[in-house]
Amino acid sequence: MWQIKYLLAVVAVSATVSACAESGSQSKAKTVESVWLESMVAKNHVGLDRLNQTALQSACSNAESQVVSDTEREQLQQEATKSVAYPADGVFLGNWQQGEAIAGNGKGMQWSDNPNEPNGGNCYACHQMSPDEVAYGTVGPSLRNYGMRGVSEAMLKYTWAKIWNPQVYLVCSHMPRFGDAGILDEQQIRDVMAYLFDPASPVNRK
Amino acid sequence: MLAKSGFATLMRRLSVCMLLVTVSATAQDDPFAEYRAMMGDDNPAIFVIEEGAELWTRPLGPKQASLEQCDLGLGAGVVKGAYAQLPRYFADTQQVMDLEGRLIHCMVTLQGRERDDILRKPYSATGDMGTELEALASYIAEQSSGMPIVIPQNHPAEQEAYALGEQLFFYRAGPYDFSCATCHRQSDKRIRLQKLPNLTVSDGAGMASSTWPAYRISQGVVRTMGWRMQDCAKQQRLPQLLPGSEAVVALIEYMGVNAAGTEMAAPGLKR
Repeated sequence: MWQIKYLLAVVAVSATVSACAESGSQSKAKTVESVWLESMVAKNHVGLDRLNQTALQSACSNAESQVVSDTEREQLQQEATKSVAYPADGVFLGNWQQGEAIAGNGKGMQWSDNPNEPNGGNCYACHQMSPDEVAYGTVGPSLRNYGMRGVSEAMLKYTWAKIWNPQVYLVCSHMPRFGDAGILDEQQIRDVMAYLFDPASPVNRK
Repeated sequence: MLAKSGFATLMRRLSVCMLLVTVSATAQDDPFAEYRAMMGDDNPAIFVIEEGAELWTRPLGPKQASLEQCDLGLGAGVVKGAYAQLPRYFADTQQVMDLEGRLIHCMVTLQGRERDDILRKPYSATGDMGTELEALASYIAEQSSGMPIVIPQNHPAEQEAYALGEQLFFYRAGPYDFSCATCHRQSDKRIRLQKLPNLTVSDGAGMASSTWPAYRISQGVVRTMGWRMQDCAKQQRLPQLLPGSEAVVALIEYMGVNAAGTEMAAPGLKR
């Protein structure tokens, strides 16, 4: 048994030594960010600044998609909660037809997109919503009949915050921060909300 | 060459029309599998492969040299099986290189061409005739068809590239907070109607690694693995990812090592 332990120790030490020797021969401190930066060029309206990570992005950049500690999670969650701007006039619901168009529009913020056109929400890419949309994705949960969960004040606020910044409820969520990151504006979010909640919306068709 | 390409384009367009007719008939889980089966061996990429084979032997550049002496890792001029073992470490450049990076290197060193000229338009826009890099990649990939993917992990630089690729894969950035993993870490998911391969496990990574380059029906051109990476980065709302760059090589390395053993079947045929 001791031979195995000894062997493992030797292997571990030599691995460390060779790893150090290796990094020493490399050009300076190479970070993942610096590799991205050297491998990319700014294109149209998309600059290299997009590679700078926020604290949240950095904390969630691992195979487990988990933050390292509860303290960090709580801190990120608090920041996310602070980021949410509810509609000042208290109107949460807009026009569901407009919302449907936004939910089905995948354009926005790519270097091939026109920055002068409004961004889409691209909701259908990940969520099932309308029964008429067969090309929906399954990365996110199905939102079929979402409005049938009830249209209470609590539900409206929950859903608004979820769209504005999903990190409020789940740190390291895959879903973009549509309000917080400026992808959709307040009126667009109202419209998407209406698409989810309006009884006349295809989302809520039985 | 032009007349031949004209014919090739016509054939490609005809194939696309035929395919689109069948597409509208089905829209279930993987409608693309159905028309892949229907096409059988009739992948329009065959015309591009021919073009690539011809480009490999054609003298070009200030030195009027062909690429026939280019070493893709198995010795100068050996094309058979080379793609199934790329990326790999090359002693002459002291770098891990993928196929596209290596081809660009050979165009510069053997043919005396300017790197910037080659990089000006590496990939076609939709509706274009196809680029030199796309044709060469198709030809070279086809020469590994049926062979298992074995990306070497012997040199420390190759092991480093894998580790770096994994880190790049999970790096979240941009206004949408996306990483490669956002779409490609889970199995049995789809985005829009497209099945998403889980690139962290062997069957997903194998499916992806073995089928690029691929003829893209919706775009009427062959797309390379480098293009696929650039397009993924674009969809992540990140800047333009350069062919043969360190990040691309590391990501292909990560995926390719995860894909070990999968049989090459490129150029594939995709949506």
